Amino acid sequence: MQKVTTRNFDTPNSFRIDTYIKNQGYEAARKALTQMTPAQVIDEVKNANLRGLGGAGFATGMKWSFIPKDNPKPKYLVVNGDEGEPGTFKDKYILELDPHALIEGMIITCYAIGSHKGYVYIRGEYLKSIERLRSAIQEAHQKGFLGKGIMGTSFDLEIVVHQGAGAYICGEETALLESLEGKKGFPRLKPPFPAVVGLFGCPTVINNVETLACVGPIILKGAQWYAQLGCEKNGGNRIFCVSGHVNKPGIYELPNGTTLREIIYQHAGGILNGRQLKAVIPGGISAPLLTPDQLDVKMDFDSLKAAGTMAGSGGIIVMDDSTCMVWAAMIAARFYAHESCGQCSPCREGSGWVYRNIKRIYHGEGRPVDLKNLPGIVGNIGGNTICAFGDAVTMCISSYVQKFRHEFEAHVNEEKCGLCSKHQEVAN
Amino acid sequence: MPKLTIDGKEIEVPAGTTIIQAAEKLGINIPRYCYHPALPVSGNCRICLVEVEKQPKLQIACYTPVAEGMVVKTTSQKTLDTRKTVLEFLLVNHPVDCPVCDQAGECKLQDYYMEHGQYNSRLVDVKVKKHKKAVSIGPTVMLDQERCILCTRCVRYTDSITKTNELGVFNRGDHSELDVVPGMQLDNKYSGNVVDICPVGALTDKDFRFKCRVWYLGQTKSVCPGCSMGCNSEIHWDKQRPRVEKTARVMRLKPRLNPEVNNYWLCDEGRYSYKSIDENRVLYPQMNNELVSWEKAIDAVASAIKNSPASKVGIISSAQLTNEDLYAVRKLFKDTLKISNVDFQVAQKPGYSDDFLIKADKNPNTAGAKLILQSLSGQDATQILEKAKRGEIEVLYVFGHDLIALYGKPMVMEIVKHVKTIIWQGTTVNETCSYAHIILPSAVYAEKDGTFTNVQKRVQRIWQAFLPLAEAKADWNILNMIAKKLGHDLKMESSEGLFCEMTSAVPAFSEMTYEKIGEQGMIVKS
Repeated sequence: MQKVTTRNFDTPNSFRIDTYIKNQGYEAARKALTQMTPAQVIDEVKNANLRGLGGAGFATGMKWSFIPKDNPKPKYLVVNGDEGEPGTFKDKYILELDPHALIEGMIITCYAIGSHKGYVYIRGEYLKSIERLRSAIQEAHQKGFLGKGIMGTSFDLEIVVHQGAGAYICGEETALLESLEGKKGFPRLKPPFPAVVGLFGCPTVINNVETLACVGPIILKGAQWYAQLGCEKNGGNRIFCVSGHVNKPGIYELPNGTTLREIIYQHAGGILNGRQLKAVIPGGISAPLLTPDQLDVKMDFDSLKAAGTMAGSGGIIVMDDSTCMVWAAMIAARFYAHESCGQCSPCREGSGWVYRNIKRIYHGEGRPVDLKNLPGIVGNIGGNTICAFGDAVTMCISSYVQKFRHEFEAHVNEEKCGLCSKHQEVAN
Repeated sequence: MPKLTIDGKEIEVPAGTTIIQAAEKLGINIPRYCYHPALPVSGNCRICLVEVEKQPKLQIACYTPVAEGMVVKTTSQKTLDTRKTVLEFLLVNHPVDCPVCDQAGECKLQDYYMEHGQYNSRLVDVKVKKHKKAVSIGPTVMLDQERCILCTRCVRYTDSITKTNELGVFNRGDHSELDVVPGMQLDNKYSGNVVDICPVGALTDKDFRFKCRVWYLGQTKSVCPGCSMGCNSEIHWDKQRPRVEKTARVMRLKPRLNPEVNNYWLCDEGRYSYKSIDENRVLYPQMNNELVSWEKAIDAVASAIKNSPASKVGIISSAQLTNEDLYAVRKLFKDTLKISNVDFQVAQKPGYSDDFLIKADKNPNTAGAKLILQSLSGQDATQILEKAKRGEIEVLYVFGHDLIALYGKPMVMEIVKHVKTIIWQGTTVNETCSYAHIILPSAVYAEKDGTFTNVQKRVQRIWQAFLPLAEAKADWNILNMIAKKLGHDLKMESSEGLFCEMTSAVPAFSEMTYEKIGEQGMIVKS
């Protein structure tokens, strides 16, 4: 198997520009800038079937082509490195171990969309990532890969690193733009989409860190090569972040379309302490749960959608049979209640209400009517809000209630389910 | 122009129109909290979600532009169900303290819930506790965070209309709270408007709080007389309890929509100016500090005028009067009695003004007075007063002015020394009237019909909200009594009759009628 985004991770000092250059670094950028037109770059990425790896899976080349050519305003590339989706920790490693892969991807992307300024919005807690990227940008400047007249061409590019201030919602692309502009992180009404009215009112492409790290290899080795690494309509590999009750948690770069069973049992070493699997979140906390009978699902955007869940950010959270699903649902609900931006009434009021409701059920204070009402209350949030946060609350919490209803019933009828005693009390 | 169907009714509207606006044209009112036509769209309350055919999700009517062939259903089951759920969410952390809330009766939460609510509450959990309940956030407004539905109308108002940025939403999720920015107060010339646009009881007016339940209020359309802008207003008066001595009739003023004048807004000074309607009024005719009958007072006025040559009578009229009053002044004194010393322009210092609504000229009808009186008069009021000071005037007839405040006491003392009869006709007691020989009580703007002409030369109607206090009478009515006493039947029987006559006498007003002026006013002919 050929590695793409993690190819340099095992090399000592992989984050240094000299190491990166030794391993064909910046050759893709040179190729794009000196031998290709912007349109050719976009076509190459389109043909590679590269899809947005932040979670939405939107075709990357297509997104770039939405940037209007006749708009006299400056164009911007914004890199989403907020990585707030619980269970996701891939961008962190790219930023720490291979920051030049991102910079090279940004040079090529900016060239393709006609942008001369890129912003990288990084999760506030990722101090090491920020430091590594900042020094990598400095190195790239010294080599003439950033700044004025890159690699002797007439192409200019500056990159600004922005540290986030700790809000999950700022991973939503328009909330990220608001935050980047210095405002409160509230998702914007759409349309207009960022490609037309984005950062500071200018046409803007927003891509995830991992997505852009794939761009260099695609240009260097060709669309065909990249596309065939993955599966149909979903080219290349992606980094799966496996956490929870497995023997070897961590990041695994594997082809799109690898089965969930293979990831958990072959790569992540199976379930911890030989216990049985109970449920898996396949793509970050917002992706609906899968149960052991669904383990043969292929891990790509389309197959997971067909299975009623989503590929999301590639964060696989494994729960074994010692897990109380009411407790797990309560933790998820608490997260949403804490992170709702508070803009739309259904999400603002609903997420807190759902949390308090599940919390009561968990503590054995639930009434049968609460369990009867819960799916309806949760269901009324999704589809009725400005951004996808509301949909996430509905999808995520509904899947716990639907698939593990008997555990909720046990909490209501018998005040506990036999699994809870070992869980710690959660604060608030 | 896209054509669309809303609730089975077809309509064609300009491109860019939103569903909520198109529906309004059809007379369909889609519920709204955050949407306000004068503010940028925020789209956060979600109460205006409506079903649009071929769209998987409901769309917010306040933001979604119409499209050719669009089919909108504002009363479909899906739409109504969602409306219910949005209301349910909005009340999750709301205290439902309607019995002690001043907004009750004009609260959109109450109104929509009566129509769309699900009356069996599903909530058993404890509500989120917010920090501020009934807390002052400025000189005029009280904040109750529990009642706030975070629609951000007030925030957008202070951001985009007054550009004073005092308000914001702090914190996140269901702990979000509306508040003033730390270190600031909601203190600007237009802060009262946030109370009007607040759809719930979160922002209430300190001046109005607990004074009167809104369903006891009579509402009369009017125009603010506070400056020459002539902002359209509504007088809200207590209709339940008949006036007893020392009890105010007017409870509050509200702005009335006029896109050409004040849009939805009213300045604080205008808003709280209503107190002069009931306070400090001149209630009865007086002669030499004694209450007298109207008959006796009019007799005295008539004989003073009759016994003095026209050249020795001075009339200090006022731009506080309506067009009709001013026309009565002109008709009686200029046209009939041939008095030439008639003017209204006293030496008034310009007041505060800005580039929004507040004008420096604090008279509501300077433009009207100019059109009606000035074209005939060669001299201004100050020149007439100078004459009086020099002893060239025997009878001085002053309409409401406080000459002492305008010209200083020494000047007025000189006038008092030389003038035989000072007649003062006005609404509100001031220092000057104590020096008048005859005092005639006149009606305030809320007590009469009429028109003002504002700074844009827009003629605007005022309507009588209630009868004049005690024995006060409309100015034109008093002048008619004087005319009759002097043997002239000038047929000044109603303000509409006077206006009608004026339209032929003053070319600027030609072809106008009360009906044509309507509620939004009419610009004079240039």
